[in-house]
Amino acid sequence: MAYSQKVIDKFEKTLKNPEEASVGRWKPGDKDFHRVGTGIVGAPACGDVMKLQIKCENVDNKNVIVDAKFKTYGCGSAIASSGQLIDMLKGKTIEEAQKISNQEIVDILELPAIKIHCSVLAEEAIHRAIDDFKSRRNND
Amino acid sequence: MKPLYFDYASTTPVDTRVIDKMKDCLSLDGNFGNPGSRSHAFGWQAEELVEEARLNVSNLLNCDPREIIWTSGATESDNLAIKGAANFYKEKGKHIITSKIEHKAVLDTCRQLESEGFEITYLDPDENGTISIKSLQENIRKDTTLVSLMHINNEIGVINDIEKIGDLCRENGVIFHVDAAQSAGKINIDLSTLKVDLMSFSAHKIYGPKGIGALYVRRRPRIRLQPLFHGGGQERGIRAGTLPTHQIVGMGEAFKIAMNEMVDDHEKISSHRDTLWKGLNSMEEIYVNGSVETGYPGIFNLSFNYVEGESLIMALKNIAVSSGSACTSASLEPSYVLRALGRPDELAHSSIRFSFGRFTTEEEVNSTVELVKDSVSQLREISPLWEMYQDGVDLDKIEWA
Repeated sequence: MAYSQKVIDKFEKTLKNPEEASVGRWKPGDKDFHRVGTGIVGAPACGDVMKLQIKCENVDNKNVIVDAKFKTYGCGSAIASSGQLIDMLKGKTIEEAQKISNQEIVDILELPAIKIHCSVLAEEAIHRAIDDFKSRRNND
Repeated sequence: MKPLYFDYASTTPVDTRVIDKMKDCLSLDGNFGNPGSRSHAFGWQAEELVEEARLNVSNLLNCDPREIIWTSGATESDNLAIKGAANFYKEKGKHIITSKIEHKAVLDTCRQLESEGFEITYLDPDENGTISIKSLQENIRKDTTLVSLMHINNEIGVINDIEKIGDLCRENGVIFHVDAAQSAGKINIDLSTLKVDLMSFSAHKIYGPKGIGALYVRRRPRIRLQPLFHGGGQERGIRAGTLPTHQIVGMGEAFKIAMNEMVDDHEKISSHRDTLWKGLNSMEEIYVNGSVETGYPGIFNLSFNYVEGESLIMALKNIAVSSGSACTSASLEPSYVLRALGRPDELAHSSIRFSFGRFTTEEEVNSTVELVKDSVSQLREISPLWEMYQDGVDLDKIEWA
């Protein structure tokens, strides 16, 4: 599998410095957990599972993603795609984040055709996390 | 830094002793002649070398040199054996038995025959990965002409009992083909006692060059094949094409060395496998695919649960290993061999094959132990599945999207 240098760099940075790369989680009981949306996509049997969490704050009546964390089980490009997504999310409103398309991740990481599904998974993860966040707000 | 090589089951470096012999068969000063040239000394000398190599190969296997046919490698040998026998004996029947965990060279050849009107039974291996005599017996029919099963499995190193399988085939008048690409020169093969009719070999798995192999074709009882290639009548018409002297000499030398060093190689390789296993087996959620007790030690396949194999290979960039078989590792499917063994998909996705060889050193194995431990724990730290496992979540009970 010939990956671009970008995928390799992202993957290696994530392994070496997981915390800096936003690997981690918020769990029930954590302060501000009610402001966290979680999206889990993929399946172990398919070889990819992505778990994305976004933490939002209300800024000028808009929900802004102030922080995000992830954990990913999958090939190198699935891990790199999750990390790339995290970089793109921080500081965006959830409306803006909703519009992130998998193609942006494909372009930035120069993903090979056989690995495009990794970027699709990342796009699904953000949609799930936003839906989860919204449903929590509705229940407040 | 050059990665440490742990992929001997994929291919091996050519032994320098083999290279020296091969070099003498190429230039004007050497034996460059066409072994098929009957009219001058260049041809005679080349022919002599080809026959000496044939003898070297037959010595390792304890068969008659006239039973060895040169081919381009084990893939061609498998094709020639299976298509050749199926077509030659098709008046007798059109049923062939093989297994689900054969090499693609056998499986795809069988698929091709299926499209030509043959019927193929793909046996399931038992949970150890071997083919049981019972399941073979139950599937042999009146119109079965051929059974094709591998000796050592290339992914998990399990060894089929070709002695018992051969006896059963002979009793039933069925031709028995064995793909021995991974076993020749690694474990003992005695064709004078085994009831094997056709056997495929490759040179590059045993420190010879790529692009050369052989097919054993039994003379008594005589097995006949319909050739794949037609042309100059070389190899008694079974395989036409100018004989590549340097390749053949390389294979002969590699087999000769293997005959002399097989016991030592095996002992060294066993000790490497034991070192690796001793170093890793204290890790949580690690599974052996195959058998530490009865498998060939040169092929050691492990699943690291909650870590995906390709990412592990990427993290282990200083170690050359493989996930599944090298020919298919670009695909997204988990190993068909591990699936046929009944391994859950997630464990099949988490598998890595370590294969050892003549030039593996103890230091290399020790470094590998450390690198694997570090990489697996790094990847587990970023794995949501590992997190769930640590939290005590039953992954089977989750509805995955």
